[in-house]
Amino acid sequence: MQWVQHNKIWAGAAALILIGAYAFYFVNSNIAVSMFSYAWFLAVPLVLGAMVGVMGERSGVVNIGIEGQMLVGAFAGFFAAAATQSVVIGVIAGALSGIAMGAFLAFSTVVGQLDQIIAGVVINIVATGITSFYFESGKTIPRGLPNFDVPLLSDIPLIGPVFFSDGPIALFALIIAFTLHFMLFKTRWGLRTRAVGEYPSAADTAGINVVALRLFNVTVAGTLAGLAGTYLSMEATSTFERNMSSGRGFLALAILIFGAWRPLRALAAALFFGFMQSLASQLQASDVVNIPQQFINLLPYVLTLVVLAAAAGRVRAPGAVGQPFVKGD
Amino acid sequence: MADPDLPPAKDAPAPATEPAPTDTGAAVPVVAERGATPPPTGVLGILVRHQAIVVPILAVVLAFAIGAILIRAQGFNPTYAYEVLFTHSFATESGLLATMQKTTPLILVGLAVAIPLKVGLFNIGGQGQLMAGGIGAAWASYALRDLPAALIVVVAVVVAVLLGAMWASIAALLKTTRGVHEVISTIMLNSIAVGLIDWLVNGGPLSDKGQPFPTSHAVPEGARLLPFLKLIPWGLPVALLLSVVVAWMLKRTTLGFELQTVGRNKFAAGYAGIGTTKATLVAMALSGGLAGLAGAFELLQIEPYRYQNGIAGSLGFDGITIALLARGNPLGTIPAAVLVGAMRAGAPTLQFQLGIRPEVVDVLLAITLLMVSLPVIAKLIFRRHATKQTQLAGSWGA
Repeated sequence: MQWVQHNKIWAGAAALILIGAYAFYFVNSNIAVSMFSYAWFLAVPLVLGAMVGVMGERSGVVNIGIEGQMLVGAFAGFFAAAATQSVVIGVIAGALSGIAMGAFLAFSTVVGQLDQIIAGVVINIVATGITSFYFESGKTIPRGLPNFDVPLLSDIPLIGPVFFSDGPIALFALIIAFTLHFMLFKTRWGLRTRAVGEYPSAADTAGINVVALRLFNVTVAGTLAGLAGTYLSMEATSTFERNMSSGRGFLALAILIFGAWRPLRALAAALFFGFMQSLASQLQASDVVNIPQQFINLLPYVLTLVVLAAAAGRVRAPGAVGQPFVKGD
Repeated sequence: MADPDLPPAKDAPAPATEPAPTDTGAAVPVVAERGATPPPTGVLGILVRHQAIVVPILAVVLAFAIGAILIRAQGFNPTYAYEVLFTHSFATESGLLATMQKTTPLILVGLAVAIPLKVGLFNIGGQGQLMAGGIGAAWASYALRDLPAALIVVVAVVVAVLLGAMWASIAALLKTTRGVHEVISTIMLNSIAVGLIDWLVNGGPLSDKGQPFPTSHAVPEGARLLPFLKLIPWGLPVALLLSVVVAWMLKRTTLGFELQTVGRNKFAAGYAGIGTTKATLVAMALSGGLAGLAGAFELLQIEPYRYQNGIAGSLGFDGITIALLARGNPLGTIPAAVLVGAMRAGAPTLQFQLGIRPEVVDVLLAITLLMVSLPVIAKLIFRRHATKQTQLAGSWGA
C-alpha cells in the first residue's frame, strides 16, 4: 500500500490500462487475447534486451552490443540444436554464447579500457560477420521450444492465456524482469550495483570492488541477451535468418531509457512497443486502414525515435554510465 | 606529413598535455605524469611517434593471420586465397576497376564517420544517409530525364548530398534539441531508410513497374558515369579530393578548429564561445552530405544504374571500420578504403575460383575492426607511450 501512495500516477495508469484491457476482453475475447498475446510475443526479446541494458548501465557500462549479442545467441542456439538435434543443448549453447559475448564487452571495456560505445559497435559488426560466414542454409531443429500452461495462473482470464501459456523463455523473461527489479532495489547486490553505476569512486572508497562487480554484471547480463536471441530462433520461430535480431537490441536500449533504467518500467515500455505493433498489424489485417506493409514494419523504429525524444530530459541516466573507472584516478 | 590524429601522437610521452576526455562533470583529474618515463629512443621511439600508422598496420596483419586460421579451418589454403583475392583486385583490369568503384563510396563514408568522431559523435548512420542519397539521385535523374545529361548528373548529385545531409540532420537535431543519443537515432534512421526505400521502389511512387523485380527507374543513358578512359570511375578523384579538403578543413580552418575543440572538451569549448550545438549540426550535416554523395556515385557509376534493395550493401558499416582504421584521420581513410575496397571487390572471385564464401571478407573486416579498436595491442608494444583511444561513451548519459 505504501507503494501505491508513493507511485500514484503509475498505479493509476496501471489500473486504467488493466481496466481498459479487460473491457476490450469482454467486448471481444478472441481478438483481445490474440492481440495481447502477439504484443507479448513481440515484447519478449525487448524485455530481455532491456534487462541486459539495465544490468550493464546500472553498473556504469553502456551496452550498444545487445544487438550483436542477441544475434550470436540466436545463431549459437539454433545451430547447436541443429547439430545435436537437442533443443535443450540449443538453449544452453545460446545462453553460453551470450556469456562469452558479455564477457568480451566486460573485459574489453572494464579491464582493457576500450571505449564502451566503440566496443558495442565492434560486437555488432563482428556478430554480423561471424554469423553470416558460418551460416548454413537448410539446417533444421527437431522442434521449437514448446508452449506450456502454468498451472492455476494460466486459468486467469486474459492474463493467463497471454502471459502464462507461452514457451519457457517468454516465461523466464517475465520472471527475470520482476526478479531483477527486486534484486536491484532490495538486495545488497542491487545497492552496490547502483552505487557503482552512480559514483564508482565513492563506492570504491566504501570498499566495493568496482571492477569485479562491473565484470560480473556485464558478463551475466550477456546470458539474457543470448537467451533473447535463442527466443528468436527457437521459440518465436524455429529457424535462423541472417540479421534476424533486426534492430531489436537497439529497440531494447530505447526501452531501457524510456523505462528510466528500472526493470518493471522497462517491462511496461516493452509491452507498449509490442502492443503498438500488434495494433498496427491488427488494423491492417482487418482492412480498417490501408497502410503499406513496409510502414507497419517501420513502426517500432519510428516509435523509438518519438519515445526517445519524448523521454529525454524526463529521465536521468546512472551518473557514471559510459565512464571507465580507474582505481585511484 | 603531420597528422591531425585525435590524440596528439607527437606528444605521446607526455600525457599531461592530453585533453581530458569529454567526461560529464564527474571530476576526473588528469594527473600529470611528466617525466615519469623518458621518451623512448631508437627503433621503439620511431614506432611510438608513428603509432597512428603502426597500430592499424599491425591490426590488419593480425586480422589476416586470424583470418588465415579461419580459412584453413574451412579446408582452404589461406595464402592462396589471399593471393587470389588481391591478384584479382589489383592486377586484373576488371578487378582494379571494381576496386576503385568500391573505394569511391568507402572513402566518402569513412569521412562521414571520421568527421563526427572529431566532435565526439559516433555516426553509425552512414548506411541510411548513403541510401537516402542513392534514392535521391535515382529520383532526380529520372524526373529530369529529358534535360541535358550533364545537368542531370549535377542535379542528381546535389539532391543526393542534400538528402543525405537531411537524413543525418534528423539525428543531429534530435541530439541537440532532445538529447537523443546519436548512436540509437542513426541506427533507427538506417532501418527507417531501408523500409521507406523498399516501399518507394517496391510498388511506391519511384518504382519501375515494367521490371519483374522491385527497382527504381534506370538512370538515363547519357547521365551514367562510365569510367573515365574506361579505367577510372569519376567518383574516385572527387572522393580523393574531398578527403584532402576535409583534412585541410579540420586542420587549417576556423570551423575545423571549432569542431576539434568541441570534440576534445566541450566545456572548454563552451567557455571559449564555441557552441556544441552548432558543431553537432555542422558535423552531422557534412557527414550526411558525404555519405549521400557516396550514394549518388553508387547509383550513377555502377551497374545496373538503378536503385534496388541491397545495392548499398554494408558500405555504411564498412565506413566505421575505415574511420577507426584511419584513426579518425581524413587522409588515412584513403589507404583504409583502398584495402576494404579491394577486399570487397575480390570477394566474388574467392567464391568463383576457390569456393570460399564471400562472407569471409565480412569476417576479415570484423576482425580488423576488433584488432584496431582493442587498445591492448598498442599497450603491449608501447606500454605507457600508447596514445589514448577515442572517448565517446562519456556522452551517453548526458
